[in-house]
Amino acid sequence: MKEGYIHSFETFGSVDGPGVRFIIFMQGCPLRCKYCHNPDTWKMNVGQKFDVDTVVKKALRYKNYWSKGGGVTVSGGEALSQIEFVTELFKEFKKNNVHTCLDTSGGTYRDDEEYRSLLDDLLKYTDLILLDIKHADSKCHKDLTGISNENILKFAHYLDEKKIPVWIRHVLIPTVTDSDEQLTAVRKIIDSLSNVQKVEILPYHGLGIHKYESLNIEYKFKDIVEPSAEQIAHAKKIIGAK
Amino acid sequence: MIEQWRGFTGSHWVDDVNVRDFIQNNYTPYDGDESFLAKPTEATDKLWGKLQELQHQERAKGGVLDMETEVVSGINAYGPGYISEELKDLEAVVGLQTDKPLKRAFMPYGGIKMAQEACTTYGYTPNPKFDQIFNEYHKTHNQAVFDAYTPEMRLARKNKIITGLPDTYGRGRIVGDYRRVALYGIDFLVAQKKADLANCGCGTMTDDIIRQREELADQIKALNAMKVMAASYGFDISKPANNAREAVQWLYFGYLAAIKTQNGAAMSVGRVSTFLDIYIQRDINEGTLTEAQAQELIDHLVMKLRMVKFARIPSYNQLFSGDPVWATLEVAGFGMDGRHMVTKNDFRFLHTLENMGPSPEPNLTVLYTSKLPENFRKYAAKISINTSSIQYENDDVMRVEWGDDYSICCCVSATQTGKEMQFFGARANLAKAMLYAINGGIDCKTGMQVGPKLPKITSEYLNYDEVMANYDIVLEWLSNLYVNVLNLIQYMHDKYYYEAAEMALIDTDVRRTFATGIAGFSHVVDSISAIKYAKVKPIRDENGIAVDFEIEGDFPRYGNDDDRADKIAVWLLKTFLTKLKKRHTYRDSEATTSILTITSNVVYGKATGSTPDGRKAGQPLAPGANPSYGAEQSGLLASLNSVAKLPYEYALDGISNTQTISPDALGHSEDERINNLVNVLDGYFDQGPHHLNVNVFGTEKLLDAMEHPEKPEYANFTIRVSGYAVKFIDLTKEQQMDVISRTCHKAM
Repeated sequence: MKEGYIHSFETFGSVDGPGVRFIIFMQGCPLRCKYCHNPDTWKMNVGQKFDVDTVVKKALRYKNYWSKGGGVTVSGGEALSQIEFVTELFKEFKKNNVHTCLDTSGGTYRDDEEYRSLLDDLLKYTDLILLDIKHADSKCHKDLTGISNENILKFAHYLDEKKIPVWIRHVLIPTVTDSDEQLTAVRKIIDSLSNVQKVEILPYHGLGIHKYESLNIEYKFKDIVEPSAEQIAHAKKIIGAK
Repeated sequence: MIEQWRGFTGSHWVDDVNVRDFIQNNYTPYDGDESFLAKPTEATDKLWGKLQELQHQERAKGGVLDMETEVVSGINAYGPGYISEELKDLEAVVGLQTDKPLKRAFMPYGGIKMAQEACTTYGYTPNPKFDQIFNEYHKTHNQAVFDAYTPEMRLARKNKIITGLPDTYGRGRIVGDYRRVALYGIDFLVAQKKADLANCGCGTMTDDIIRQREELADQIKALNAMKVMAASYGFDISKPANNAREAVQWLYFGYLAAIKTQNGAAMSVGRVSTFLDIYIQRDINEGTLTEAQAQELIDHLVMKLRMVKFARIPSYNQLFSGDPVWATLEVAGFGMDGRHMVTKNDFRFLHTLENMGPSPEPNLTVLYTSKLPENFRKYAAKISINTSSIQYENDDVMRVEWGDDYSICCCVSATQTGKEMQFFGARANLAKAMLYAINGGIDCKTGMQVGPKLPKITSEYLNYDEVMANYDIVLEWLSNLYVNVLNLIQYMHDKYYYEAAEMALIDTDVRRTFATGIAGFSHVVDSISAIKYAKVKPIRDENGIAVDFEIEGDFPRYGNDDDRADKIAVWLLKTFLTKLKKRHTYRDSEATTSILTITSNVVYGKATGSTPDGRKAGQPLAPGANPSYGAEQSGLLASLNSVAKLPYEYALDGISNTQTISPDALGHSEDERINNLVNVLDGYFDQGPHHLNVNVFGTEKLLDAMEHPEKPEYANFTIRVSGYAVKFIDLTKEQQMDVISRTCHKAM
């Protein structure tokens, strides 16, 4: 039985996918987004290990709450860092008729046969992908997250090719991602895809700061303020968020 | 049919008092949405504006606007009273408890000492003659109870192992079937009670028969007094109501008689919504009433229910904070015949929270099942999200026990309308009992030997078997003492403070339940779990009394959908009820129990030492059946699933659960929030739990309201606490802190 490193569970998720969702936060992420509010999920191969059955059983306790479009979302950390585990997990969920949703940055995507075959396996059991586009410009993306965005955009187009429904999410960070130019560029990426069902602007918030303190990691966005309602509305308009 | 009953169908209710039969034959289920609802009329805006002014003055004066010092309250102690002389023609529903709005009546029968103290607390001096009248010439309930208490009972009460007892105030929780006044008129009801009196007993004068005859005579007097009261307002209620306006007014007069004569801890209105819809629908069909007028009637009735006041003493206010009266009123529910009972009027009652803003009273209760029409469920969720003023109770579990015409008689407890009464009996502190089991029956707060003299547990670490053996002995002792204390209280209440006006509107052959309660529930569960799954080391004082505990290792806690802990919870409930049920209960009543604590969890916690689950001495107990503070580690639904495991059949008096969700955690848009809250309610209630209070706001709002209570937006800021709603700014600072420290489920 496959096992995975899991950071935590949330029984009541309602903003990561449609309806009420059971959220599995995977442990480990290759990105180092400066605003990440879960820096405690960064480290790979640490923490609690769970097997597929245990997780499925745990989640199905909440099936009652999913009658109208809810289900399971695997988030992180970076869910794709443990792609084989997630595949097994989704396979089991689909056996139980559960709607499956993957919340990912796409940051682990590689443009090769080996990776694609792993991914194809997972996509067979995936109903929806929440894909973060963190910055349209590759250099800025690297500065913000530690990696460039080429593979992420390739991932987006691959999903389009495979006709996997996607919700695009973009974190609005004043002074970092909120320029009209940047937002327009993100819009352009979105418009080049035909599988996007929904576009969401996620306003930056500093709620994770205390975690940085307790982990002794420097928080680089100390001086950044949360966007105003006007800024959010403006960004939504440009990016076509509904 | 007589003129007043034109257009109605059915036959049983015509021959006998049978309001349920009338409703089932005549109501119109409504599946549509809220778009038909009407805005407040000009009259409503004016009256509500005036009332808000008065409420503002009341708060500025320290919580009491005016008090009676000369007149003993009674159905006809006063002539007519109005919200305001110059606006009185605008009142679609008339009648006040006293001669002036928000003025609190002098009600000595529950206890003269308390009535006097309530006055002096707020700077009023009651007429000294009352001292002589109610001490020398006539006894009151409180004195009678203390005359009869045993030393053991007094000790248990003093040490607060049994607590919040209705020995200093009216027991309440009796819901007269006020609809009867509207449907039948007083004369018919008097004739029925006279017939009952004629058939009471076979001539042999046993205690029971003598008491019953005297009570019936008092009921008939109360009914006739209602007629006189109504006449003073210019209405003749001897005959049935002829239209919706009269039906609302007649019904309210019945309720008014109750709140003029009783200051019970809960004075519910009952299940009136569907009933009144029948009258409103008939008038609308006849073209004599518009939707705006119908809404005005409901708005004005609700306004009156927002005005109910009683004079209370400080120790009472600590137990039941924020001046609640539990004017509980139900909407929705499902019929035994498979039709839902949602009517347009159920929307109208919820709509009062939009027309006149959020309010703690009346305690609006949705009798919920996922089978209710989706439009209604969504509207209720919307009102919850916007006002945090309503509670939900599971009709699917209650209907099985109480049928389809029950009312909620206090915060959450069901009772068959007009067929049943309840003996309310406060709570036993089972967390304290756990400490008695560890400390040989000695109370660690007072050092007194209160419980049975057991050998103290002296081992370095608590041994599960040893603690549980002692706990069983303590629970056996406590359940026996508790039931006997209540027997005595209920006997004296019947004798000295009988609820004639309410009982006059209930069948003579009444079913009685004997309601007990549990405080400290989650702390006992977690304590037992800690002793079982971790290592718990008592810290003892110089007398060998455990005053604190150190826990080594982890243990499962109630509130995480973890069977290891949740099974302990079920065991505790079943065990305590089984022990209670063995005892003799007054007037052949049926013993039930509850897991609800109102705001009294703060006071109870103060009197309770550190517990083996890690809760420190003096800290509030978790309210009702809620998991302990900080115990919920797996989110809202895990917590709900844990509470849902408690079988309602073992706590027919109610299992209250209060949850707070930050708006962001419910969804990004209003539509998402509404749909997700409906999903939560459906998913939860389908599992068979009893109750849910839903608050939708963030901790930030509470903190700001605590710092800036003067901001206008907080004047009516209402929150749900265990079993009722309260204006946040009316809570004591301590209770505000307690509410803030409770888990708020946020977006991850």
